[in-house]
Amino acid sequence: MADQAIAQAQPKQLQLLKVLGPIHIWALGVGIVLVGEFMGWNYAVGKGGALGALIACWVIGLLYTCVAMIDSEITSTVAAAGGQYTQAKHMIGPLMAFNVGLYLVLAYTMLEAGDVQVAGQLLQIGAGNLGHDIPWEPYTVLALAILAFINYRGVFMTLTINFVITAAAFASIIILVIGTQPWNPGAVLLHKDLLTGLPYGWIGVLASLHFGIWYYLGIEGTCQAAEEVRSPGRALPMGTMLGIITLLIAAALTWYVCCGLLPWEYLGWDNELAPLYDAAHVTGSPLLTVVLFIGTLFSAIASANGCINDASRAWFSMGRDRYLPTWFGAVHPRYRTPFRSTLFLIPIAAVFALYIPLAQVITFSILSGLLNYTFMPINMWKFRRMWPLGTIKRGFEHPFHPLPAIVLFVLCTVTFFAVYLGYGRQLLAMMAFYIIASCWFAFYRYRYVKRGDQFTMPWPRPVGY
Amino acid sequence: MWQLMTWVAWAVSAVLLLWMFWDFVSVNRRYSEDVLLSSREGVDDLFGETSKTKGN
Repeated sequence: MADQAIAQAQPKQLQLLKVLGPIHIWALGVGIVLVGEFMGWNYAVGKGGALGALIACWVIGLLYTCVAMIDSEITSTVAAAGGQYTQAKHMIGPLMAFNVGLYLVLAYTMLEAGDVQVAGQLLQIGAGNLGHDIPWEPYTVLALAILAFINYRGVFMTLTINFVITAAAFASIIILVIGTQPWNPGAVLLHKDLLTGLPYGWIGVLASLHFGIWYYLGIEGTCQAAEEVRSPGRALPMGTMLGIITLLIAAALTWYVCCGLLPWEYLGWDNELAPLYDAAHVTGSPLLTVVLFIGTLFSAIASANGCINDASRAWFSMGRDRYLPTWFGAVHPRYRTPFRSTLFLIPIAAVFALYIPLAQVITFSILSGLLNYTFMPINMWKFRRMWPLGTIKRGFEHPFHPLPAIVLFVLCTVTFFAVYLGYGRQLLAMMAFYIIASCWFAFYRYRYVKRGDQFTMPWPRPVGY
Repeated sequence: MWQLMTWVAWAVSAVLLLWMFWDFVSVNRRYSEDVLLSSREGVDDLFGETSKTKGN
């Protein structure tokens, strides 16, 4: 009798909740990325000098503008959780989709591990500045547990919190810029004395492209919210394009302030983790120092929060399509989140956060991200060829096709070479990992995939089929 | 005080993780796999027109 009552009370179908708007999309994309302005990009200065880092900021900015435009068009049409994974499934095929899904999960889980590691270490540095020696590990685990808890209990609260802390972190950069009086050159900012040309020539500039990725890594994460947005055709392009504009401004301001306050020899090998915080410290203003400490901490937390959200959606989608065990495709009946995927990935992120050095973790993330960007031009090309403009409804049509796809492909190739210059072994190891994973999928897992269920969009038959 | 904060950090982390684990187990026991795995991909309302119509 009790079993019957429970069975009757059970809902028939569970879907992820459609509750998000454009500000949540902005918060997801910018939230994941903004930590890259607070740390990491400065190693581009070590490779190419201050001007080399500025060139990397522009070139990689162009790469990511192409990513944002392409993503905005396809995701406003293929509006499903999984983002580029779902796009690959519809446009190219199962093996590409499996690989893209893995790129996404690895890129976000590794970035999440790096972010919570940084959050713990920042608190250690803050306590150290007050004269107390504390371990960073408990605070790293605490950050991960709180963010996992928020993500577990619902996407609306998760991304509303991300909006608040991301906006606060962005505001801290603006406050630092105003505090350095850019209208009065030479008073605080010393570009005239500190800009010293290209110390390692153009090969240094090429190498700096690797770390230029930090300025923007993760903006493509906006696509993962596609299934939870009230109006994906409008909100996704708006949130993504506003996000890349915010990041281009933040990257330029960050370079301008840091390179006007710190010599390139220091900035390029900054051992204190956070160049913006160091720049605030150099101004001698306690207020700016505190504001930038909070901004840096918020940026790391916002990034980890967005990464937990995105990694779980990609893993969930792959489970739902049987690319992974279907067990991962479950939705929480009350919170409507992919709760099994969220919980499964948390211990993995914790192990990497606690035991793997930050540079290694972030390199895994960057390489997976780059592989994803290299797939996008092929994806875009096929999308426009199979469903030309006018054949299906699009929320956004990006201009000058196929120019952005060609530019993106060329810039990805150049950046791969830049990564190979510094992290050749990791790049090759990563490629070997994906080849082995592809073999597992092709020869074992693919037999479980229901081929007839792969295409879910209500579109007409593609041109040529 | 800093030592106490460190212990509080471990304790809060443990409470949150245990709560999630408890909820995870209870949901898996209360709901059938058919229900939990019933989500389907595919969007039929790209521009939020259905919810607008309902609102009117």
